[in-house]
Amino acid sequence: MEVPLNAQFIRNIMMGAHATHDHIVHFYHLAALDWVDIVSALKADARAVANLGQKLSPWTGNSYDAVKASQDKLKTFVGSGQLGIYGSGYWGHPAMKLSPEVNMLAAHHYLQALDYQREINKVVAILGSKTPHIQNVAVGGVANPINPDSQSTLNMERLYYIKTLIDKVGDFVENVLLVDTAAVAAFYADWTGVGKGVTNYLSAPDMPMDTKGTKFALPGGYIPDGDVSKFQPIKSYNDPFFRDNVKESIKHSWYDGDWDRHPWEEDTVPKYTDFQDKGKYSWVKSPTFMGKPAQVGPLANVLCMFAAGHGPTKKYATKMLDTISALAGAKVGVSALHSTIGRIGARSIRCAVLYDTLKEQWNALIENIGKGDTTTFNPPTFPNGIQKGFGYHEAPRGILSHWIVIENGKIKNYQAVVPSTWNAGPRNSQDALGPYEAALIGNPVKDPEKPLEVLRTIHSFDPCLACAIHLHDKDQNEIVRVKAV
Amino acid sequence: MNTSSPSSGAPKILVLGVGSILMMDEGLGIRAIEELERRYRFPENVELLDGGTSGIELLSYISGRDYLIIIDAIKSGNPPGTVLKIEGEDVPAQFRTRISPHQLGISDLLAAASLTDEIPKRLVMFGIEPKEIVMKLGLSEEVRQGMDHLLDVVVKELESLGCYVEAIDPDKMQAANSIWEDI
Repeated sequence: MEVPLNAQFIRNIMMGAHATHDHIVHFYHLAALDWVDIVSALKADARAVANLGQKLSPWTGNSYDAVKASQDKLKTFVGSGQLGIYGSGYWGHPAMKLSPEVNMLAAHHYLQALDYQREINKVVAILGSKTPHIQNVAVGGVANPINPDSQSTLNMERLYYIKTLIDKVGDFVENVLLVDTAAVAAFYADWTGVGKGVTNYLSAPDMPMDTKGTKFALPGGYIPDGDVSKFQPIKSYNDPFFRDNVKESIKHSWYDGDWDRHPWEEDTVPKYTDFQDKGKYSWVKSPTFMGKPAQVGPLANVLCMFAAGHGPTKKYATKMLDTISALAGAKVGVSALHSTIGRIGARSIRCAVLYDTLKEQWNALIENIGKGDTTTFNPPTFPNGIQKGFGYHEAPRGILSHWIVIENGKIKNYQAVVPSTWNAGPRNSQDALGPYEAALIGNPVKDPEKPLEVLRTIHSFDPCLACAIHLHDKDQNEIVRVKAV
Repeated sequence: MNTSSPSSGAPKILVLGVGSILMMDEGLGIRAIEELERRYRFPENVELLDGGTSGIELLSYISGRDYLIIIDAIKSGNPPGTVLKIEGEDVPAQFRTRISPHQLGISDLLAAASLTDEIPKRLVMFGIEPKEIVMKLGLSEEVRQGMDHLLDVVVKELESLGCYVEAIDPDKMQAANSIWEDI
C-alpha cells in the first residue's frame, strides 16, 4: 500500500526530531560525564572558560556571565559536600584528562542542553498530539488533519513554530554538540585506538520521499570488514538483500534450543540455565547479517551514508574531523571513527545531518501542502490468508526491524530485532563475539574497582535503558522513609 | 506541553503516574491515573498524566508546577497491597535507590529539574507495595485490593491542597478498563 506524501514528511519530521532529542541527551546527560570531571570543572577560571568557548565556536551562549552562572549552580550542588545526583561519578579518576576549563565548558553546555532537548521534543509533541505516547501514527498514514486556515488542525502557525524550534536546536547541534564532541575526541585522541570491535556495519535507509518507500533522503546498507568501498545499499522497504540476510542465533542465549533462524521462523521460549561461560549466558539473542555479527547505530549509519556519497554527511564529517585535527595538532581521518570515541563523534555528525534533513523535510511538506494536497491517510485493506511482512527504521540506536506473520487475520509470529540486540548480543552459533564483547577486548582498565574505561566503551553504543540498569549498584546505602497510609 | 495557567492563583498540581503496564504491578501508577480520570472530575489547576516509562522527556510537564504527586509501585518490604506515601527529599532518593527501568528515568528527570530550578516546591509520592513484577498484563489481587484506598489518599491529598475533586456518579462512569479488571 502507499502512504500519502504529507504523512511521510510528517513522520520523517517526527523521527528526525525524536532522534535529535535522543542524541543530545545521550551525549550530554548519559555519556559526557564518563569523560568530563564535574568536580574539576569547579576549579576553572570562568573567564578563561568563556574565552575558550568563544574561540571554539560562534555560539552566543558562551558569555562570561552565562558560564559563571552555570559554575555557581554546580557549586551549590557539588560544593555542599553532598554530591547528590553526581554521587556515583568517578571524579578525580586517573583516566579523566581534561583541563578544568574544558571540563567547565562541557558542564556549562550540559546544563544548556537540558533546555534544548526540551525544545526539540516539542516538535514531537505538536505533531504527535502529545508525548510520551504519540497518538498520530496510523497504518496508512497519520491522523493529522491539515487545513492551513483552521485553528484546530495542523496549520501554518503550527508549522512555522516547528520550523523555529528546528532552527533553534539546529544551531545548538552544529555549534555546540558537534564542537564539544570534537574537543572531547581531540583531547582523548588515544581513544581513537580503543573499542573498535565488530566492523561489519548495518544501517537502514530512512526518511522516505515518495509514497511507495523506494526513495529515501538518508541512505543505508551494509559495509563488511570496515571497508567502505564494499558498501552495498538497501534500496527499498521490500529489498530482498535485507529481507533474506537477517537471522538470529540462540546458541548462547537463554532460550530453548540451538538454532540460526530467520525472524519469521523464530520462537522465543525462555530457558534459563544460570551463567555458563561456554554455554548460555545472556537474555539477548545474537542477530547476524549474511551470517556475521554487525555493529549498528549512528557510526554504522554515518559510514554507510558517507560511502553512498551523501552530501550533508560528508560536510559534517569533514567539519568534525577538521576540528579534531586542529585541536589535536595532528591529522585525524575517517579511520579514527572505528573506535569508542568514534561512535560518540559519529552520533554528533548524524545529529547535525538530521538538522539538514529536518529542514529538507519541512520544506517538502510545505511545498506539497502548497500544491493543494492535504491528504494524510489512505485507509488500509488487510489481505486474507497467510501474510508475512517486515518493516525497518534507522532508530537513534541503529537499525530496528519488526517481522510479522499473520494467519487468518491473527498474528501468528512477531519478532522485533532491535538495535541494542545487534550490539549487545552474545557470541553467535559460530562463536563470533558480539559488538559489545569485541569492543571490550583490549579496553584499558586502570582500577578494576572503578571501571570507568569499560563504561566509556559500553556507553558509546547508547545502550537502551533496560540494558543500562545492569551497570547500577543496587547496594547503595540511602535511607528512604516510607510510611503506610 | 503545559496547559494555560489556571485562574485565581490556585496551586498548579501535576499527578504523574509512571510505570510499565506490561510488567503487572509495575504498571499500577498508570492504572491509578486511568481510574482517577474515570471516577472523578478535577479542577483546572490539577492535571493528570500517564508518564509511562519516560524520563527526561517529562521535564516540560513538571516545569512551573507547585506540587508534583507521583504514583508508582513502591518496594519497601511491607506486605503486598499496602498503600504507601513518601514525601519531600525522600522522593528523589527513592528513585535513586530502586532499580527498575522506568525509575531510573524518573531519577534523571528529578535531577534535571533540580538543575534547571524547576523542581516543584512540594513532592509527594503515593504507591502500593507490589506483589508480582513479571512480563504480563493485569494487576495482582493484592494490588487491586489496595487500589481503592490508594485513589482515596490521592484525592484526600488534593483536597488538603484546597482542590475540589468531584466524584462522578457511578451510573455515569465509563466502563472500567478491561485490561486490568479481567485478568
